[in-house]
Amino acid sequence: MADVKQLVSMLQELDDNLVGCMRCGMCQAVCPVYGATFQEGDVTRGKIALLENLAAELVENPQGVSEKLNRCLLCGSCQANCPSGVKIMDIFLRARAILGTYQGFNLVERAIFRGVLQQPGLFNSLLDMGSKFQGLFVKDASNVVGTSCAPLFNSIIGDRHFPKLAKAPLHQKYASLDIPAGKSGLRVAFFPGCVTDKMFPNVGEACLKVFQHHGVGVFMPKNLACCGIPALASGDRTAYDKLVTANLAKLAQGNFDYLVTPCGTCTATLKEIWPLMADSLPADQREAINRLHHKIMDVTAFVVDVLKVTLPEAQTGGKKITYHDSCHLKKSLGVAAQPRKLLQSNSNYEFVEMAEADRCCGSGGSFTLKHYDLSKTIGQRKRDNIVQSGAQVAAAGCPACMMQMMDMLSHNHDNIAVKHVMEVYAESL
Amino acid sequence: MTKVSAALVKEFQSIVSEQNVFVSEAERMAYSYDAAVLEPVMPAIVVAPTDKEQLCKVVKLAYENDMPITVRGSGTNLSGCTIPSAEGNAIVILTNRLNRILEINEQDLYAVVEPGVVTAQFAATVAQKNLLYPPDPGSQAVSTLGGNVACNAGGLRALKYGVTKDYLMGMEFVDYNGNLIKSGSRTVKCVTGYNMPGMMVSSEGTLGVFAELIVKLVPPPKASKAMMAIFDDINQASEAVAGIIAAHIVPCTLEFLDQVTLETVEAATKAGLPVDAAAILLIEVDGGHVQMVEDDAAEVVAICQKCGARSVDMAKDAAHKNKLWEARRAALPSLARAKPTTVLEDATVPRSQIPAMVAAVNDIAKKYALRIGTFGHAGDGNLHPTIMCDRRDKEEFKRVEAAVDEIFDVALKLQGTLSGEHGIGIAKAKWMEKETNKATVDFSKNLRRALDPKYLFNAGKKVL
Ligand SMILES: Cc1cc2nc3c(=O)[nH]c(=O)nc-3n(C[C@H](O)[C@H](O)[C@H](O)COP(=O)(O)OP(=O)(O)OC[C@H]3O[C@@H](n4cnc5c(N)ncnc54)[C@H](O)[C@@H]3O)c2cc1C
Ligand code: SF4
Ligand code: SF4
Repeated sequence: MADVKQLVSMLQELDDNLVGCMRCGMCQAVCPVYGATFQEGDVTRGKIALLENLAAELVENPQGVSEKLNRCLLCGSCQANCPSGVKIMDIFLRARAILGTYQGFNLVERAIFRGVLQQPGLFNSLLDMGSKFQGLFVKDASNVVGTSCAPLFNSIIGDRHFPKLAKAPLHQKYASLDIPAGKSGLRVAFFPGCVTDKMFPNVGEACLKVFQHHGVGVFMPKNLACCGIPALASGDRTAYDKLVTANLAKLAQGNFDYLVTPCGTCTATLKEIWPLMADSLPADQREAINRLHHKIMDVTAFVVDVLKVTLPEAQTGGKKITYHDSCHLKKSLGVAAQPRKLLQSNSNYEFVEMAEADRCCGSGGSFTLKHYDLSKTIGQRKRDNIVQSGAQVAAAGCPACMMQMMDMLSHNHDNIAVKHVMEVYAESL
Repeated sequence: MTKVSAALVKEFQSIVSEQNVFVSEAERMAYSYDAAVLEPVMPAIVVAPTDKEQLCKVVKLAYENDMPITVRGSGTNLSGCTIPSAEGNAIVILTNRLNRILEINEQDLYAVVEPGVVTAQFAATVAQKNLLYPPDPGSQAVSTLGGNVACNAGGLRALKYGVTKDYLMGMEFVDYNGNLIKSGSRTVKCVTGYNMPGMMVSSEGTLGVFAELIVKLVPPPKASKAMMAIFDDINQASEAVAGIIAAHIVPCTLEFLDQVTLETVEAATKAGLPVDAAAILLIEVDGGHVQMVEDDAAEVVAICQKCGARSVDMAKDAAHKNKLWEARRAALPSLARAKPTTVLEDATVPRSQIPAMVAAVNDIAKKYALRIGTFGHAGDGNLHPTIMCDRRDKEEFKRVEAAVDEIFDVALKLQGTLSGEHGIGIAKAKWMEKETNKATVDFSKNLRRALDPKYLFNAGKKVL
């Protein structure tokens, strides 16, 4: 544990960004955590004031500030709406790293971020075992939603209704791929992301089907590592840097025109966070990140904007389907129209908007693990909006949001299925 | 450590439950500031009642224990109205859990609300019933109706539709004994007793705590038309404003952006604004009949042209209208991004004095070597000279403070007022006597003392 003086001087480095907050309070309108608690310490303005006053030594207890800072989904809603243009994500990620270093990490976090996640092979085989044994203690909670709860694990994970770990994760079926460009003349690097790989391999397969249909070549190296955001969000900069380095090495092994992912969080991390947090990496890796930046895309944006596929007009009369804007897709990457177009192109469905489609679902990666009650309160509002839209299917472009939506819908005994946009599009081909 | 005894904390907890009392350092620090550029002051305790009865009991207990009381809505006021008093045992009472809309009466056109209801959410709810609640402060996405009443918030529509006070029909408030006082009514007319809601408007939390508000609703306009007029000379813009009013047309909005603001917005948005113009006016007329609105709009265009406008651009459709308004929407964000600190003033002058005021502000900017953009409500003379600075630069901030003082001076000389809508709070309390006189300040003090004998309601704000 470092001393407080050192902590203060590290925090002062954030000052140029902190000072931009004019305390207007407009972030209260969009912050999902504030929306659930109405506590100023939970909204961006409060968190920034706390950091500033900790740096100015007006606040004495770093632990209290750290707790407030962690009550945050890193959803970026505040940054996207901040009239003063404060670089909020930059502040939060760096502050978490500074406070993380100051406080040290607990053993479980260290084991996960520095051990398991660093070794994709080990991570995969641990979870492969998990998926074989889970039948013993996972009972079906809701067939339509496709989730199951594990009463045995309730003490650790609350009474979540998560999808079962896939019987065969994507990497088991396709350890690696190296398919040349087809009629499109394009080749993508495919970064499925951990949740797609382990929970929703069908989403990965849907993407591969779409690539094949449109003659897009695919490069998927073996054992891609985690994108790094869980480690960074927990303030473990060292572990994060290692994950980025490992991924860069894998990605350097092939040629591709675009790097696409079906996960809004992975895309935003690779495209926005990697460059933002590159200052601690060696020069060649920083350059590699810069070169990659322009190639990284959400998969639905790739299909609509790059492949420019001709899509049939929206139809009425089919199963009603609605869409949730994942924060990282809409607010970080500006992807909102493309997934809607793909959903509308499937004539088996009729597209309906839900209210507050771009309001955070409350998942936020490890936030849901540490603050499940808060996450549930936020998720309930999303669930209510989905139900009120009258949809029979709820779609999203981020597997983490899909898990959260499944959990909420299943808990409420709603007969509403959750799908990835690419699954719906692939069905139409 | 909080300076409130454990026993007293327990008493508050027994009223509002444990989870609605906050005493940790981090939690208290989060209620030490608002949107004013002032030093934070930490309260000793923060309490969040969830209904009227709890609110009464909390006020009573705090008053009995000599705790300076600051009521807080969303903390967006720009004058330090919600910065707690520096006394060691100050309490902040939050209203944001008192956020229920109790009644919307479509026949009698009123609504009854709790004070913590968020303005824009309320406006959206009544809009679903095809009714309009007009006061629309720039902070409406987060501000509370209680805060709006306590600051008499105005907005873009103020010229035609008025400000918050014009929509307050009645209220219940808590006095220092924790009693509930009722005044005003659900009727259009009411002379029963003193007009206490009128007294509570812009009281900035110094006379009592609102528990319930009755507000007026109106039918929405059926048509509107927006346009942007560009002027090479600010006097021409001012003549156009006078000409429009003289023609007996009252636009719902009549906004003004000066050259520094135009330059700053253009640099930030690249929207293609005329950066060489002296000023632009953004004008919107509305009404109950499409033809009448068309006629008014055509006349406004003619008046602007007659006064020498370089060009007048009338919105063809909703998208075009949206584009015209973008310049106004981007004004504060662009000014705010230009430099770390944004000092947003709201000195207000009779509308004919706008050119004199803008010229004076520009001279002050030169004198103190500061960059000041001025935009605001040309229709009602409520200007927002906005100083772009960095509060960490102590020397510069001294100049900022001197410039602000001088801006007030000029506004008063031009027979204007210190503040059109942002309030007095801590920031401008010392100026009160200058605008009025000693007798007025004494009268205010007497009023205050009668309603708050221990001087605990928002001590240090409004009247010193
Ligand atoms: C970006 C921005 C734009 C703005 N634009 C405008 C504008 O266009 N027009 C305008 O008029 N203002 C504007 N403001 C100022 C401010 O938003 C308004 O004054 C608003 O009414 C404050 O509401 P609030 O809920 O945040 O109140 P707070 O800031 O929480 O409180 C303001 C005052 O109200 C008192 N108060 C609150 N609730 C109660 C209650 N229940 N009983 C008694 N007293 C109470 C408080 O004690 C305090 O004195 C703007 C502010 C910002 C940051
Ligand atoms: S919206 Fe931006 S500037 Fe305003 S309080 Fe929040 S973070 Fe600060
Ligand atoms: S990132 Fe999301 S949860 Fe965190 S402060 Fe901003 S809006 Fe709130």
